[in-house]
Amino acid sequence: MTAGDPLLRVRGLTKHFRVRGGLVRAVDGLDFEVRAGETLGLVGESGCGKTTTGRLLVRLLEPTGGRIEFAGQDITHAGRRALRPLRSQLQIIFQDPYASLNPRHTVGRIIAMPLQVNGITPPGGTRARVRELMELVGLNPEHYDRYPHEFSGGQRQRVGIARALAPGPRLVVADEPVSALDVSIQAQVVNLLRRLQRELGLAFVLIAHDLAVVRHFCQRVAVMYLGRIVEIGDRDDIYRRPQHPYTRALLAAVPDVTRLGSAGRIRLAGDLPTPLDPPSGCRFRTRCPNARQRCAEQEPALLRRDGGNQATACHFPQSGPLGVERGGVPA
Amino acid sequence: MDPYLRVDDLRVSFGTADGTVRAVDGVSFAVPRGRTLGVVGESGSGKSVTSLALLGLHDPRRATVTGQITVGGHQLVGRPETEVRRLRGQEMALIFQDPLSALHPYYPVGRQVTEAYRVHHPRAGRAQTRRHVVEMLGRVGIPQPQRRYDQYPHEFSGGMRQRAMIAMALVNGPALLIADEPATALDVTVQAQILDLLADLQAEFDTAIVLISHDLGVVAQVADDVLVMYAGRAVEQGSAEQVLRRPQHPYTWGLLSSVPSLHGDAAVDLAAIPGHPPSLIDVPAGCAFHPRCRYAEHAGGRCRTQRPELTPGGTPGHRMACHLPAVERARRYAEDVVRVGVAR
Amino acid sequence: MSLSPVDGAAPAEIGASGSAGGAGPVVGRSPGQLTWMRLRRDRTAQVSGAMLVLFVLVALAAPLIELAYGIGPRDQFQGKLDGAGMPLGYAGGVSGEHFFGLEPGLGRDIFIRLVYGLRTSLFIAGTAAVLTAAIGVVLGALAGYLGGWLDAVVNWLTDLTLAMPFLVIALALTPTLTLRFYGQRDAVPPAFGVGVLIAIFAGFGWTSTARLVRGQVIALREREFVAAARASGAGLGHMLFRQLLPNIWAPILVSFSLAVPQFVTGEAALSFIGVGLTEDTPSFGRMIYQSLDYLQTDPAFVFFPGATIFALVFAFNLFGDALRDALDPKSSR
Repeated sequence: MTAGDPLLRVRGLTKHFRVRGGLVRAVDGLDFEVRAGETLGLVGESGCGKTTTGRLLVRLLEPTGGRIEFAGQDITHAGRRALRPLRSQLQIIFQDPYASLNPRHTVGRIIAMPLQVNGITPPGGTRARVRELMELVGLNPEHYDRYPHEFSGGQRQRVGIARALAPGPRLVVADEPVSALDVSIQAQVVNLLRRLQRELGLAFVLIAHDLAVVRHFCQRVAVMYLGRIVEIGDRDDIYRRPQHPYTRALLAAVPDVTRLGSAGRIRLAGDLPTPLDPPSGCRFRTRCPNARQRCAEQEPALLRRDGGNQATACHFPQSGPLGVERGGVPA
Repeated sequence: MDPYLRVDDLRVSFGTADGTVRAVDGVSFAVPRGRTLGVVGESGSGKSVTSLALLGLHDPRRATVTGQITVGGHQLVGRPETEVRRLRGQEMALIFQDPLSALHPYYPVGRQVTEAYRVHHPRAGRAQTRRHVVEMLGRVGIPQPQRRYDQYPHEFSGGMRQRAMIAMALVNGPALLIADEPATALDVTVQAQILDLLADLQAEFDTAIVLISHDLGVVAQVADDVLVMYAGRAVEQGSAEQVLRRPQHPYTWGLLSSVPSLHGDAAVDLAAIPGHPPSLIDVPAGCAFHPRCRYAEHAGGRCRTQRPELTPGGTPGHRMACHLPAVERARRYAEDVVRVGVAR
Repeated sequence: MSLSPVDGAAPAEIGASGSAGGAGPVVGRSPGQLTWMRLRRDRTAQVSGAMLVLFVLVALAAPLIELAYGIGPRDQFQGKLDGAGMPLGYAGGVSGEHFFGLEPGLGRDIFIRLVYGLRTSLFIAGTAAVLTAAIGVVLGALAGYLGGWLDAVVNWLTDLTLAMPFLVIALALTPTLTLRFYGQRDAVPPAFGVGVLIAIFAGFGWTSTARLVRGQVIALREREFVAAARASGAGLGHMLFRQLLPNIWAPILVSFSLAVPQFVTGEAALSFIGVGLTEDTPSFGRMIYQSLDYLQTDPAFVFFPGATIFALVFAFNLFGDALRDALDPKSSR
């Protein structure tokens, strides 16, 4: 692997689940890259496949197709043994601060788990390393021997973060790390993640439904809809000049403290179609305010326009700042 | 005219093995018909306990409820269960966060709505009831209500289930609707639809709505008045304009500035409130917020010893419970809150 | 947010991330310690637990009690019976020498036979329960965690075992096995009967534990802490013994404590219908079986073994229930 190569490269990644009644295409052909030290946000609504993607990246799930390369190595179907040397470089933070910690283990033991499992003995000993990590994430190292039930939600999430950092990862997948927390605690944890990312030079894949949180954490953003990336690009492009109508609708739907009342908001009609039977052509067309004949016939490719970093999968991409469509959308 | 819902000095406490939990500790508010009160708070703030008390849903063996709750002229606290039950459904209804747990999985959705209707209209004819229910399902935005009437909850998507719940809550045309995190479990695009729907229905039925949410954005979108709760107490209340645009209490300042937004500077850290909400068994003495408050030392030590009362502040109707002197408050507000770009 | 009134408030809100000082030293309490505390506060648990301890002590100290009491389980006191073989005196011959009186016919001391019977019963039931738990935990945990064909095989085995008629097999198997190892006329050692009983109980009893453990493991398998360990590359041994089992010992313990009394009555029932232990092994079942002939003439002979077995089983069940409540405070009250 040479210096300019991405740390993580995903090509055509798919995951299909066989269920009664057919095949759920949870993730259906993703392409993206994450460079060392870079933060990528995966946003979308429930059922868009973002959580499945996160679990595929850390190989908790077996991909149906495509390719995942981490640090130059193909890990798409690597077994436990082959993954071993990479496990410590690739870690995950979970959403639920209650379910993600073993209630029968002390927090010291929980944080030490990735070290223990991989037979790593850090210089100075495991205990010293764990105490150092606890300090790093803002926990009192004196609480080493306490159990998870003695901590609040925000503190538990810090334990989960310390656990992910224990083996010294280069890439951390964070699956909705703040969505289960109280508002005032969310900000603490977002700030903590920002500081860790900066200080440790970590690459992050942040999976979230909250566009505002993603904006405060990620340099690049990928918007997913029904198992596909519909738009990907740098943060400012996505938030200031979204081209895909779904991105625009999503941004417009975010409840905003600074706007009282509901006047002048774009509304998407209808619900997410079932991934068992996604619409033909563009998957978003059933809810899209601008859908035309071509959208039903031909699936749009994720294409770059005007030579920038922003790629959009839409036949009729939009331009200009948000709010232009006002009133043009059926409620 | 008296407001439809009036709550005076509501207190709810639970006896537990570890001590008495004062889940709601002296909260008062009023909601006239056609208006929405947004109740904001974090977990343990007492907002959900308040909503259950409004409906008289607390088990009297576990909970002690005192104070006055007046709904359409009826005093609720201490009234026999049978009378409260009659008021519930007819005069007031509840929408939960999780529609799946509130709908029975083995009965068609239409029948469940019908059931809710017939409880209060026992003499209504079969055909007329069905017509009414189908109309209601259509009214809340369920497409093809005739066909959907006979479908089961699992055949509905999350947003459709929440619509069905709203239909069930509104089928008797209640004058008061209590919505406890009605859109939290839904995706943002669907959440927006549901909030719009509530606003439309409110305009049509002239309903008084109490909307409980942890999400300030949601409250900003639908509420006319806002009540901010912390550790079971009201810390600030007033119109949405007053509380969200010109907040007076440091906790409200903190809440507003800790929410990431789509507009602020994404490069700076969020202004987080340190610490976490207190245990309701062991609420800090004085002002419950003082251990997390940046300004506690500017009020001459009273924050640690004396519980602040709700007092009028700023503009008429705006009240907050804080010891910070007015001059100091204005200075801090200008320097720490407006400058970081929270309130606009 | 949850509707529970103390949600988010109940977990010990200890000093915030080292910043809020002055909270005083809070001692970390493990879930096990919390259970113990709740158990100690529960009156039912105290009483039934004390009774169980007493029963176990008596069983363990049987030879010592024999020494102090001065009478062995096989000593016969024909001189204290009348012509018809009934014990002299009141209430089946209760006296300062024979606390619970004498058996009609053979004239053996009921008290010391009960002491030894308790020893036999507890040994059989305890060993069978340990074996049952071991088999059930291993099969259930593997089936639940690995799933796939192993799960299918274990499920099939469970169904097969549940479909077999326990009594018929026990009735058929015991004599067949005895004949197979010791011919028609050989003396069968008491240990053999005990072993067969334990084997029958273990062979039939593991299914409920296996199902319980399998269900629990399947529920836990989806929890994020299990995914966290897998994502870190943990192997099967770590997953089962470090992550999963520590979380399900509570229901296993409860099912164990409820299995023991079941096996006590099972042993009594089998001995009662004659497929359990031989005559010279003191046992509750055999005593009750013999006493039935004297139900009208010597009710005390029925009463003492009956009352003892009732007290034992009752104490076990009460303690099991109390344990369940203590392990899962949400299950009650």
